[in-house]
Amino acid sequence: MIPVSYYIILSAILFTLGAVCVLIRRNAIVVFMGIELMLNSANLAFVAFANQYQMLSGQIFVFFVMTVAAAEVAVGLALIVTIFKAKQSIDVDQMSSLKG
Amino acid sequence: MLFSEATQLGPDFFALAPWIIFFPVIGLMINMFLGGKFKERTIGAIGASASGLSFLVAVLMVVSLYFNHEGAIIPLAEWIHIGELQLDWTLRVDTLSATMMLMVSGVGTLIHIYAIGYMHEDVRFKNDLGRYQRFFVFFNLFIAAMMILVSADSYLMLFVGWEGVGLCSYLLIGFWYDKDLLGRPGTENALAGSKAFIANRVGDFGFLMAAFTMFWTFRTVTFSGVFEQVHQIAETQPGAILAITLFMLLGVTGKSAQLPLFVWLPDAMAGPTPVSALIHAATMVTAGVYLVARSAPLFSAVPEAQGVVALVGGITALFAATIAVGQYDLKKVLAYSTISQLGFMVAAVGMGAYVAGMFHLVTHAFFKALLFLSAGSVILGVERGHHHLAHHGDHHDEEVFDPGDMRLMGGLRKRMPITFWVFLVGAVALAGIPPLAGFFSKDEILAEAFQLNLPVYVMLAIAAFFTAFYMGRQIWMVFFGAPRHEAAAHAEESPPVITIPLIALATLSVVGGVLNLPWVHSFTHWLESTYESFHMHLHPGEFNLQVALISTGLALLAIFFSWLLYGRKPFEKGQKDPLQKGLGPIFTGMNRKWFVDEIYEALFINRYIDLAKFLSVKVDWEFWHDWFHDQVIGKLYSTGARILAEPIDLGIIDGVSKSLAKIFGTLSEATRKLQTGYVRNYALAVFAGVVIILGYLILA
Repeated sequence: MIPVSYYIILSAILFTLGAVCVLIRRNAIVVFMGIELMLNSANLAFVAFANQYQMLSGQIFVFFVMTVAAAEVAVGLALIVTIFKAKQSIDVDQMSSLKG
Repeated sequence: MLFSEATQLGPDFFALAPWIIFFPVIGLMINMFLGGKFKERTIGAIGASASGLSFLVAVLMVVSLYFNHEGAIIPLAEWIHIGELQLDWTLRVDTLSATMMLMVSGVGTLIHIYAIGYMHEDVRFKNDLGRYQRFFVFFNLFIAAMMILVSADSYLMLFVGWEGVGLCSYLLIGFWYDKDLLGRPGTENALAGSKAFIANRVGDFGFLMAAFTMFWTFRTVTFSGVFEQVHQIAETQPGAILAITLFMLLGVTGKSAQLPLFVWLPDAMAGPTPVSALIHAATMVTAGVYLVARSAPLFSAVPEAQGVVALVGGITALFAATIAVGQYDLKKVLAYSTISQLGFMVAAVGMGAYVAGMFHLVTHAFFKALLFLSAGSVILGVERGHHHLAHHGDHHDEEVFDPGDMRLMGGLRKRMPITFWVFLVGAVALAGIPPLAGFFSKDEILAEAFQLNLPVYVMLAIAAFFTAFYMGRQIWMVFFGAPRHEAAAHAEESPPVITIPLIALATLSVVGGVLNLPWVHSFTHWLESTYESFHMHLHPGEFNLQVALISTGLALLAIFFSWLLYGRKPFEKGQKDPLQKGLGPIFTGMNRKWFVDEIYEALFINRYIDLAKFLSVKVDWEFWHDWFHDQVIGKLYSTGARILAEPIDLGIIDGVSKSLAKIFGTLSEATRKLQTGYVRNYALAVFAGVVIILGYLILA
């Protein structure tokens, strides 16, 4: 039986990677990939704890998270396509019209 | 003893008394609202019949009084009920008021009839029906107001009539308000009306003060209420009664044209002649005499006031008589004569000879109305002569012709015989030659004065001498000698509508003395019942042969003098007055009315103008406008506005809002840098926030 802390450490590493990816990458698709990575690291933590405590609610939560992630990807990709059409680029730093 | 012995109750028409006021009011209403559609004669007939019906009611009153001496008090309507003041419209019919009613409506009716002809003939008339209508409306209004005055049962109601007749006087003096005395465009007539009104205001002030003092002292202003308390108050507050009577005297001097307020009456001759006869000779101006006679219990209580009244009357009688001697205007002579005769009456009632005063009031109404109306007839006759000349081409010049100037008359005896005879009757009656009316009434006053007040008697006797003299002078100048102007030479007699009232009045002037013959004293007994109800006793004036002889002798002597000066050698055209040769500056004084108008102008009118100028220039313009408004208020406002504008509005209020804006500007300048537009930065902030919150939740 693999101790739960391993999963947590892996989850933390994945979340950190995702967060760093979101913060430092300029390609919008890669940013999305970072977000997906963070969501999935959270999913990993949920299932790990669900298994640890033998509670189904954690696993059910994972389904919800995956549904939300799928919806978010659908919306996000649609946004990215529209932005590309408008700007011929998906560099997020190009989209700074709201600069103060 | 004609009236006093009938004690049985007979017919009683007292309830009809209000109609004596209603009839003229109805007449004026008809003429005022419907008169525009009527013909000239109809308007005149309505006016005259309204006055005539009033006269009928007055006759009924006298008949009723003959059987019921006490008279009656007829309540008409509620008037003022405030606290202690309980006043109603109440008519008082007693022998005194009925005498006035009969005289006013009787003489008034004759003058109304005369006016129908006169106003038609007046050269200024020019078929202006609106004027004609207005004249009769005013005339009826005057009769109504005069009836209110004489039938009043309280001083306040009397004051209503008093003011009413004053208003009519003003309206009728200024009747030709757009003309001057000779009928040219001007304002002289309007000014004469204003002068009368203003002089009367001074008198009315006195009347009002008397009424107020009376209410203050007696707590009532009804005649019976006041007279019942006179004896009691005379003991406790004699000063109050003295004040009341003296204030009342001021009112009398205004209305009855006595010194010092007489100046308005000569100018009042600007009105049409019927107005002069009715208002300014026979009726309205006697209101003051009536007031004193009515207030006899008050005046009897204060001998000091009586002395003053008698003195004012005596001085006025003499003063005005001397002025009348020096006048050239036909009506002005009569005007001053009226003032003088009013002085006789005021002196009489002042001395307590109420019967003599009232008697003279009635006879004077007859012969003075007669004189004025025949003077009007003379003026019309001369105007007709002038008109005739203008039409027949003898005279083309538009010279200013004064039809009232006696210097332009002469020889009218033959041209206007009826007018001459009635004028002569009036003049002889006025001069006091027996057995005409004027002799008996004037002699009764003189006899009373001889007994009661010798200085006043002397003044009145001299005045009587002058009276006969100026009437003689007038007769010689107007009717005798040769015409001194073409117009007088072509004068024509007036139509019957004018001469018939003259003949009626002449008859009354002849027989009027019968009213109160010596030794019979019917008028004294007639008035006695009224005075007895005031607890006063009248003593019948005794006939004094000595006085009668003196006054008749003086009158005859004066007429002789006037013949010497004006009759023996007729007055020539352009000649100086014979008196002027003899008297020189004294005659100038008489002619110029002893410069009273000039003195008043210097003393009062110019001072008043100075005051008005001072008030307008110094007080209003320089003080209020220049200094107070411009300097004080204006400067204060501009300084205040500057203070409010600069430091307060610009400094504080604007400063607050500007600095608020600046603070927010600076703040937003600082914070806008946070808005980088890079999604990463926002994400980092969210991330950092989450880390901080989680750190807090976990560690704390």
